[in-house]
Amino acid sequence: MMSLRRSLFVLVAAPAFLLVACSGSNAAASGELSGSLSGTGASFPAPLYQAWFKMYHDEVNSGIKVNYDSQGSSKGVRAVIAGTHDFGASDAAMKDSELAEVDPQRGMLMLPMTAGAVVVAHNTDIQDLKLDRATLADIFLGKISRWNDPAIAATNAGTTLPNAKITVVRRSDGSGTTYAFTNHLSAISSEWQSKHGVSKSVNWFDGALGAKGNEGVTAGISQNKYSLGYVEFSYADKNNLQTAALQNKAGKFVKPTIASFQSALAGDPLPANMRLFVPDPAGDASFPIVTYTWILAYKNYDDANKVAILKDVLNWCLTEGQKHSEGQGYVPLPTTVTDKVRAAVNTIKVTANG
Amino acid sequence: MSDLYAVAGLGSQPVAEQPRVNPPQLERNLRSVRNLVSAALSVIAVLLSMLAALPLFSVLAKLIAEGGASLSLQCFTEEPPTVMTAGGGFGNAIEGTAYMVSFGCLLAIPFGVMVAIYLAEYGLKRRLAVVIRFTTKVLTGMPSILAGVFAFGVFVLGVFGRPSPFAGGVALAILMLPTVILTAEEAIRSVPAKMKHAAVGMGCTASQVTWKVTLPTAMPGILTGVMLAIARAAGETAPLLFTAGFSFYFFDWSEPNSPMSSLSVLIYQFASSFAERQQSLAWTAALVLVCFVLAVNLIGQFIISRSPMSRR
Amino acid sequence: MSHEYQRMTLSRPPTRGEVLSDRWFRWSTFGFGVAVIGLLIAILLEIGSQALPAMREFGLGFLADREWDPNKNDFGILPQIWGTLYSSVLALLVASVFGLAVAIVISQNFLPRWLEQVLKNVIELLAAIPSVVYGLWGIFVVIPALRSLLAWFGVPPSEVSSSMLPAALVLAIMVLPTITAVARDAIVSVPVKLKEAAYGLGATRWECILGVVLPTAATGIFGAIVLAFGRALGETMALAMLIGNSNVLSLDLLSPGNTLAALLANSIPEAGGMQLSALMYAAVVLLFITLAVNIVGSLILMRANRNLLGGHA
Repeated sequence: MMSLRRSLFVLVAAPAFLLVACSGSNAAASGELSGSLSGTGASFPAPLYQAWFKMYHDEVNSGIKVNYDSQGSSKGVRAVIAGTHDFGASDAAMKDSELAEVDPQRGMLMLPMTAGAVVVAHNTDIQDLKLDRATLADIFLGKISRWNDPAIAATNAGTTLPNAKITVVRRSDGSGTTYAFTNHLSAISSEWQSKHGVSKSVNWFDGALGAKGNEGVTAGISQNKYSLGYVEFSYADKNNLQTAALQNKAGKFVKPTIASFQSALAGDPLPANMRLFVPDPAGDASFPIVTYTWILAYKNYDDANKVAILKDVLNWCLTEGQKHSEGQGYVPLPTTVTDKVRAAVNTIKVTANG
Repeated sequence: MSDLYAVAGLGSQPVAEQPRVNPPQLERNLRSVRNLVSAALSVIAVLLSMLAALPLFSVLAKLIAEGGASLSLQCFTEEPPTVMTAGGGFGNAIEGTAYMVSFGCLLAIPFGVMVAIYLAEYGLKRRLAVVIRFTTKVLTGMPSILAGVFAFGVFVLGVFGRPSPFAGGVALAILMLPTVILTAEEAIRSVPAKMKHAAVGMGCTASQVTWKVTLPTAMPGILTGVMLAIARAAGETAPLLFTAGFSFYFFDWSEPNSPMSSLSVLIYQFASSFAERQQSLAWTAALVLVCFVLAVNLIGQFIISRSPMSRR
Repeated sequence: MSHEYQRMTLSRPPTRGEVLSDRWFRWSTFGFGVAVIGLLIAILLEIGSQALPAMREFGLGFLADREWDPNKNDFGILPQIWGTLYSSVLALLVASVFGLAVAIVISQNFLPRWLEQVLKNVIELLAAIPSVVYGLWGIFVVIPALRSLLAWFGVPPSEVSSSMLPAALVLAIMVLPTITAVARDAIVSVPVKLKEAAYGLGATRWECILGVVLPTAATGIFGAIVLAFGRALGETMALAMLIGNSNVLSLDLLSPGNTLAALLANSIPEAGGMQLSALMYAAVVLLFITLAVNIVGSLILMRANRNLLGGHA
């Protein structure tokens, strides 16, 4: 029989041992900045942000840990309004009404970090699927539900289309990806505009599979034969999903490529507040659904260490980090844009009175 | 053993084993329809039982096939890979699970054992004890995600403003508590009254009897309950999803108010990843988690089977 | 003198300090006991108070509304309530058959005792596998298996994806151990005398089981099923990964659905404002449904025990 003392020792010591055993693995770089930042928001740029921050941690300064929690753009906006995180991120830049809710003492900067495209990915054997503007909207309105629908056949002459149901996979959470996607759909379809409008979440037709995050939609498409959905380009690209060529404003069918995204973004210069949407870009070579994605940072922080870390990390992302964007399926921003954003980053300051 | 499983939340009262009674083996006419029906039903029942056990083996086989391949020391020591990086592991998730389960234990075990002592020793038949026991059963049946919702409301929305290991640990403690209470009460109650009477006869106060006689004797049963609670807590995902969150780094103790990974949340996050390394790590983490949970369950069974209080 | 007395003998009356610490200890156990009730009340109050704005806004119509539209701040959880009940009932239909079969097989001398023990442990270990692992397994094993199985019946593979059927099957596996454990206890506590009497009258093994054992244990078995129902209602992760998270009201087994718990898991981290309150309202509904089912189950089992003990004595 176990003695009470020994048993109690086991009960208390075992967890305590685990605590000690597990907490000894931090090695901060000496003399440099060290500390943590927490951010949350859009899942659209999440693979890139997480990779950037991890790369910064591994290669630049192991004393700095930037946590980025991919919870959707709605969450990113709400987090900076509530002041719960050090920074937020969103693919739908904040509206004026949202900016007004931020603590005026702290102010808000919207910093474009990268740009990307929303693509229509599908799990079929159809090579080079082409979707025209009306068909695209009708599929996501639930009006076209089979792959061999005449509307799809019309733009895909010479391709055998499967006689199968289209399983539409869509986001179940509030999302900047959905915002960019519906921004485009509203520009090309009056029915979409009146029924759903531009929004971070949509009341979808029955039968569309809901999935959380770009991750979830990508998984939903790759696990379900004959499914189709919209995801950020890098998710489709890295997962080797088939993507559809979409019809742009000029009437051309354009495959998603970094070059076609750059063409789409080249049209309009960034305004002073750096908030710019291009719901339906002009140009023959432009892919039709592109968006910038923003990090939402305060103008003032009360912690000098955090300001130093944030500036250092963001500057790294805007210079060194940009070199890694393209490999991940994001659009590297031209230096004219990054210079502007870096100037804004360098205005972040510490509030005197804490 | 089934008693403790039953007490631990399956809800029924333990029952004593009864002598085996078999149908008479005298003359069996196999041409009789009645005997044939009986034999057929027996075959069906045994087949159904085997089929019911199949998923366990299917899960284990799949875990070993998919997760075994990437199993290496690296998995246990390194931080998770992002979509850009190869290699990496889930060391920080193991750290997180260990920390939050331990924290849950530190809260739930003393709390639970004290409640069990009250129920078994002081409040046996009182109305308050009946209410407490009923409340505990209610907590047992509460969906685990609601413990998460509660901790989310109090700590993530309220006190801290964002996910933290503290909120996750509290959510796990709420889930462990009823298991600890019910098993500990059962274990304490099964200590023979004779032993307690002897101690009282030697001048012990009631609390001394509890500390020096009852608890040591009941300890194997209590430990088994703790093991069951740990196994359950380690596998929980829903209550950690929005209380502790997910992180790519080992925890930074200088910034305790930041997200902490756990094995279960990592599995959920990486299950739907497109990066091959992340997906294979989801399987490996699942293999490690299941091995841990099964091992803790077996340890629990072992402790109770070695105990002198074990009834058979 | 008294010191000498204490040293010579084992026993002595408690000192004043010991009596005081005894009293202190007793009161502290009492305090912890009351704290358990406090914890449940705190949970109810916290979730309830967060849900209050949505309760005021939507009232009971929340339960009958089909829309979940964060843009228009229009929230209703009828599809989720339906999905929760439907998936749980389907799971129970499957789990009851298998669970009861196992309970009979491990309690009625079909197998050697060691094999009974092995089977019983295997089924218990089914309960130990974490929900998220079942979800992972469901995505990569159950859905593909269903696809090839249903292809035999002419269902095209494209129709089989995350939906009610795989979700309910995995849920059935998860609640099966509860049914087996509780039903077995009910079956084992059927008095031996009854079985002896049945065999004495010339009953075959199954005539005895179906005619005597199961009817006698019926209340307990029913309680087992109700308790398993309570479990199924609250299961989260495996369902969130398998059910398709689509707010559909349909009897179709291959149509995606949603459950209350999956809704919470998917939406809480990113929700705010009225949506968060509506989610808390959904949590309150889930809490009340599961509590009601669990209480009914426990009452049935208490009754079953009383009846059997009454019959015994």
